[in-house]
Amino acid sequence: MTHPILAIQNLSAGVEGRQILKGINLVIRPGEVHAVMGPNGSGKSTLASILAGRDGYNITGGEVIYCGKDLLELASEDRAREGVFLAFQYPVEIPGVNSTYFLKAAYNEIRKHHGQPELDAMEFLTFVKEKMKILNVPEDFLKRPVNHGFSGGEKKRNEIFQMAVLEPKLAILDETDSGLDIDALKIVATGVNRLKRPDNAQLVITHYQRLLNFIVPDYVHVLMDGRIVRTGGKELALELEENGYESILHGAAVPA
Amino acid sequence: MVTVETKPAVKPKQPMRENGPYWEKFEQFAKIAEDPAWVRVARRAGISHFVELGFPTLQDEDWRFTNVAPIAKLPFKRVLEPARDGVTAQAPGHFTFAGLAGSKLVFVDGHFAPEFSSTAKLPEGVKVTSLAEAIAKEPAPVEKHLFRYARSDASAFTALNTAFFKDGAFIYVPAGQTVPEPIQLLYVSTAKEDGATVHVRNLIVAERSSQVTIVESYVSLSDAAYFTNSVTELVVGDNAVVEHLKLQDESHRAFHIAAVAAHFGRASNVVTHSIALGAKLSRTNIHAHLAGEGLECILNGLYLTRGEQLADHYMIVEHAQPRCASHEYFNGILADKSKGVFHGRILVRPGAQKTDAKQTNKNLLLSDDATANSKPQLEIYANDVTCTHGATIGQLNDESIFYLRARGIGLETARRMLIHAFAGEIIDRVRCTPVREELDKLVWNRLELNEKVTVNK
Repeated sequence: MTHPILAIQNLSAGVEGRQILKGINLVIRPGEVHAVMGPNGSGKSTLASILAGRDGYNITGGEVIYCGKDLLELASEDRAREGVFLAFQYPVEIPGVNSTYFLKAAYNEIRKHHGQPELDAMEFLTFVKEKMKILNVPEDFLKRPVNHGFSGGEKKRNEIFQMAVLEPKLAILDETDSGLDIDALKIVATGVNRLKRPDNAQLVITHYQRLLNFIVPDYVHVLMDGRIVRTGGKELALELEENGYESILHGAAVPA
Repeated sequence: MVTVETKPAVKPKQPMRENGPYWEKFEQFAKIAEDPAWVRVARRAGISHFVELGFPTLQDEDWRFTNVAPIAKLPFKRVLEPARDGVTAQAPGHFTFAGLAGSKLVFVDGHFAPEFSSTAKLPEGVKVTSLAEAIAKEPAPVEKHLFRYARSDASAFTALNTAFFKDGAFIYVPAGQTVPEPIQLLYVSTAKEDGATVHVRNLIVAERSSQVTIVESYVSLSDAAYFTNSVTELVVGDNAVVEHLKLQDESHRAFHIAAVAAHFGRASNVVTHSIALGAKLSRTNIHAHLAGEGLECILNGLYLTRGEQLADHYMIVEHAQPRCASHEYFNGILADKSKGVFHGRILVRPGAQKTDAKQTNKNLLLSDDATANSKPQLEIYANDVTCTHGATIGQLNDESIFYLRARGIGLETARRMLIHAFAGEIIDRVRCTPVREELDKLVWNRLELNEKVTVNK
């Protein structure tokens, strides 16, 4: 059996004294796509934020092992360098920072971390243009400041484009589908599917089943009130769509 | 002699006898100055306005954040003879914008230095010359404009400049002509002693449908507490396209007061930039008079301060005609115990309908001891206008830092990127590419200095 990319054991965490995650258990192995679904306030985004290393959360119990390392001990930049990627629910606009410059800096940080030589501007441009072709990203994405003036759909697409460039081992997509029209959703999902490899994994956090028509998960986890209350295959998402989260609470037993 | 209007707001701030030395110096100066009569009249009006107005004080609403008492206390020493010994032929080449092609006028301590200047091949009728020379040799186009826009009765510093200026640049672009390369004006201070004072006077006239880019830089080879008091009158004709950049990079003990009095004609398109990096105390007063219909202007500015520097911008955007758009963008990056001041007044005259005036002033504080004062002021006498203003004063955005870190960029690099980006918002508006690139390099290097100062704390 392969070693897991991510093993979350009994993770509890909160913010300002309020408990949000109440004992999460989740194991993700190479090649797998996991979906975490749940209603508002269930802790989905908190989970994503904690995995990426956002400040402001208190870890009150449990651990997160990423590729054999204690993930929670690492600074957020080191997590990224080790291959953790968070596609933001609300990508940040950074006027004044050129996208190419930003991506090259990020990419080279990761290379340096792995003892590889940095790419110069020309080499990087060749590399990145190849990625743009794969994902059908318009060229002006590179010329504009990071996310600045981008529409909601463009921002999400830019997240997936960054994911393609940085080639993470574990991609966490935090509600990448929210607010997208069906065309934008297809573009984003197609991008994600193309980046799937046997040696990486994806954790797709979503509120709506719709995304899972395009990104087919191996496992679906239902998160409610800080706990994973049910785990199943892709058919679980359909069940949720049909019957709502309430039915899960009343109808199914909490897995051990 | 011009009569002086006495309004309550401009009552003498200082007893006349304290300004007595200025009168005496003026009389001495007036004896040796070889000016035509119309200049003499203006100078005399300047000194009497100055004596009447006195140096502004903190009680002055327009000066409440900036104390110019240290300037008033300086021993007033006009630099009569340029000290050339500190300036070698190579010296001007060390300053920013040295790499620019195109015409260049160099002034050393306010005196024109033809040996360092060069005029590229210019389109027919375009003049790039010393103002003193123009007044002496072909005064007609000068007389038509000089003293008309920067008024002695409204500002003590302009009055002082008018009384005492020695030289500066005269740029004249006739109707329909385009000057392809930026014209560079370089003012180098070599002052050896505190109180050395230089009054620079520039007149830039771009006639109807002409196009020109001008870069004014004030730099220093000195570390004395000298005083630069410059006035630039910028006259933009109908349908003309003008870019003007003023870089203030004076010595860290110097005082710098500047006025840009601008007059924009119908359907013109103007962008001005004011970049303040140096000086212990600097104040740039920009008065843009939107005097024709349907014109567009951008007033763009960036100030970086550290140590105990103070950088002040005082803007008046006067919409006098309908359908004009003005956008002000000023960003300040303030470190240590330094201070940034922005005062932006938008004045919409009766009848200036469909005015679209926007003003943004953003301040980034890199230290708890830095101060930013931002004061917007809207005065609107028309009823169909869009005027917006916004000011922010804050630290680096945590969410932006996290975004960069989540991509593998370390905390310090992320901070630096965001600080550069904050400056980059302003620099990106410089249209002339070689100017923008040189400015970008300069600001980058300066920010790296700031970083060292702030991060090691």
